[in-house]
Amino acid sequence: MKAVDIRAMILEVIHQIVPDEDLSNLKGDVRIRDQIEMDSMDFLDIMMELRKRYGIKVPEEDYMKFSTLNGSVAYLEPLMKQF
Amino acid sequence: MNSEARIVITGIGLTAPNGNNLTEFRQNLLAGKSGVGKIETHYMGEVIAGICHFDPLKYQKKKEVRRGTRAGSIAIYCANEAIADSNLDLTSVDKSRIGIYVGVTEHGNVETENEVYNIKQYDYNVDLWSHHHNPRTVANNPAGEVTLNTGITGPHYTLGAACAAGSIGIIQGLQMLLLDEVDLALAGGVSETPNTFGVFAAFKNEGALASHPDPQKACRPFDKKRNGIVVSEGGCICVLEKLSAALERGARIYGEIVGYAINSDASDFILPNPQRQIECIRLALRKAGISASDIDILNTHATGTREGDKAECQAIRGAFGDDTEVYINNTKSFIGHTMGAAGALELAGNLPSFEDNIVHQTINVDDLDPDCAFKNLVINEPRKVDKVDYILDNSFGMLGINSALIVKRYEK
Repeated sequence: MKAVDIRAMILEVIHQIVPDEDLSNLKGDVRIRDQIEMDSMDFLDIMMELRKRYGIKVPEEDYMKFSTLNGSVAYLEPLMKQF
Repeated sequence: MNSEARIVITGIGLTAPNGNNLTEFRQNLLAGKSGVGKIETHYMGEVIAGICHFDPLKYQKKKEVRRGTRAGSIAIYCANEAIADSNLDLTSVDKSRIGIYVGVTEHGNVETENEVYNIKQYDYNVDLWSHHHNPRTVANNPAGEVTLNTGITGPHYTLGAACAAGSIGIIQGLQMLLLDEVDLALAGGVSETPNTFGVFAAFKNEGALASHPDPQKACRPFDKKRNGIVVSEGGCICVLEKLSAALERGARIYGEIVGYAINSDASDFILPNPQRQIECIRLALRKAGISASDIDILNTHATGTREGDKAECQAIRGAFGDDTEVYINNTKSFIGHTMGAAGALELAGNLPSFEDNIVHQTINVDDLDPDCAFKNLVINEPRKVDKVDYILDNSFGMLGINSALIVKRYEK
């Protein structure tokens, strides 16, 4: 999966988790939780979706790398080459 | 009795398989319109059930619906509808003095079954068990979701009381008002039970699940061919307050709760005990300071099981006499068994009788069981009566829990 597709996938997952939020102007380099209403349980939903869909189990110490959209894409890119 | 010790109903929010507010519900009861249909359920395929069709997004964000439970959504809808119906402005009342008391037959089955069903698709990998499971399944969930949604900070909890829970939610609210623990009570019950296959399977395996080619005819209390329960969703939350407070703010009063009782059979897990039901009814009458002959409408608990209906009729004869003239009806014949909501919802469906002097009927009685025959059993057509002053609402549940509520017409 290419970076652009990973980005689209993450946005789709976030939309599923917080369907009331407008994601059209979400900036890639700003903390996601500073831009939309999202709490720690919502964040865990993202981790859960990655596990369910792709079998990717992100260790807790890496959670901070998902604070921005760009950071999430960068983290996942090497892990999702086969998808 | 002074108005500080009198508790009245000043708002009603409800959802039933045949109506999403009291007006619609009442109209459909009088029109003989059932709300029972068919749904698909895990492992069992198609089953007969009553499902509600309210719009959860009227009071919740999509995220809240996704995060919470169906019981929570039902409770939130009913609580908000009740508040609106009572003309209360939540911004002008002390939210720490409002209590939320929600009866449930069961809670957590639906959410647990869904998670097990989910991880089954992943070879039971528990890494995929939802982190939402615990807040969804704690027993206070439906009442707690109401606080999250409304910002009410007074006490909230559920009352687990099998199929008497809706009435017991109301009784708890009344008691907390009398103890001066709260100024307002949001009290009643909810059911999300059709979303759990386990309840259907268990009823089926004990020979107590209704079946009929036409789902709308499946729930048939008092009929010779009754063959079991129709499991349904539903919710009803009432705004309760002291008469003095209601009068002070000029609230509309649906009725005054003048009698109530809760007791236990202490005899069987499932089978009812008519003697204890008689004692429960008599205790409620005693608290109300009236006799059985003062009751105008008796709304039965009858679920459409062979033994349960017979036992309740035996109890009615014991408490009211063989020749009783009380008008007897049943709401489950329209909507199925709304479990934790039943006591509150069925009471609500009868409260308009104080104004319209009509007793709603029991439908689906094609061949009356002689064991269930009463002079004024209201069958298949509503009955116009001279006046309704007292309504008695029976609700009974497994493990032998009985409740009776008596509501009196309020006259200034």
